[in-house]
Amino acid sequence: MDQFAVKVFVRLRPSVLDPAGEATKAASIKLGAEGIKSLRIGKMIEVKIEGNGENEVREKIDLLCDRLFANTVIEDYEYSLKKL
Amino acid sequence: MDNFTVGIVVFPGSNCDRDVSWALEGCLDIRTKYLWHESSDLSDVDAIVLPGGFSYGDYLRCGAIARFSPLINALDDFVKSGRRVLGICNGFQILTESGFLPGALTANKNLNFICDDVELDIVSSKGGWFNDGGKKQTIKLPIAHGEGRYHCDSDTLKKLVDSELIALRYKNNPNGSSFDIAGITNEKGNVLGLMPHPERACDETIGGTDGLLTLKSLILK
Repeated sequence: MDQFAVKVFVRLRPSVLDPAGEATKAASIKLGAEGIKSLRIGKMIEVKIEGNGENEVREKIDLLCDRLFANTVIEDYEYSLKKL
Repeated sequence: MDNFTVGIVVFPGSNCDRDVSWALEGCLDIRTKYLWHESSDLSDVDAIVLPGGFSYGDYLRCGAIARFSPLINALDDFVKSGRRVLGICNGFQILTESGFLPGALTANKNLNFICDDVELDIVSSKGGWFNDGGKKQTIKLPIAHGEGRYHCDSDTLKKLVDSELIALRYKNNPNGSSFDIAGITNEKGNVLGLMPHPERACDETIGGTDGLLTLKSLILK
C-alpha cells in the first residue's frame, strides 16, 4: 500500500457571493493594504490516505470531494497529491 | 389523529426538537416521538420533522454531516411513500445537503445571525402546507439563523418558479436569499423546507399562531 498526502481546496463558486470574503477585504483596506481587487475565503482540507497506487487514491478523493468535502451546488474543489 | 405519530429527529446539536414537540403535543394534540439520528426504523411514524439547531456543530457546512446519518439514509423510502417531511431551519439545510430539495443555504449577506419576526408571502399551495381556506396570503413567523441565504443556479430557479415549488417568500428579504425565497417544496409537495420557525409561533402568548397551519398540515394525507 502506498501512502499519500492530499491537500484539498474547496472554494465558493465565482457566482456565489462570499460575505466573509467581502468583510475581510474591507478590513484589509482599513489596514492600509492597497490594490486588493478581490478577496475570497475557502477551505483547505489535509488528508493522509493509503491505497494501491495514485489512481485508486484519486478515485477515493474524488468521491470524498464530490459527496462530502464540497457542496457542488455552491462550491468547486481541486486537490494536489504527494506520495509519502 | 388517533394514532398519528410525528417523528422528531434528534441529532447531536439539535436544539428545537423540544419546541416542535411542545407545539405538536401541547398546542395541536398530535402525538410525537423522538427519533435518534442513528435509528433507521421509521415504521411507526407517519410524518417526520427535522428540527432546527446546529447538527454536528455545523461542522464543514450546515447539515453536511447529518446527511450521512442512518436516519437520513432511510428517509428516501419514507419520502417516496408520500409521507410528509418538514425541515425547519437546520432541517431545511439538511434537506438541501442530502438532495431532497434543490439549492443550498449560505451565509447571510450581512454576516449577522438574524433573530427576528418576518412577514412572508404564501406563494404556492403545493402540499397544502399553509392552507387555511384561502384566508391568509401573508403570515408572520420568527427566523433565527446565520446561514439562511437560499442560493441556486438560474436553471434551478426557473424550475422552482415554473413548477410552483416556492412555498414562501420574504416580504423584506433579511438575508439576501435568491428571489426572496424562504421555503420550498419538492415536486410531489410532501417535503417542505423553510428557514422560519413555525413551532415558535403556535400560541398568542409568544407572539402569534401562524405556525399552527404548517404543523397541523403534517397530518394531511
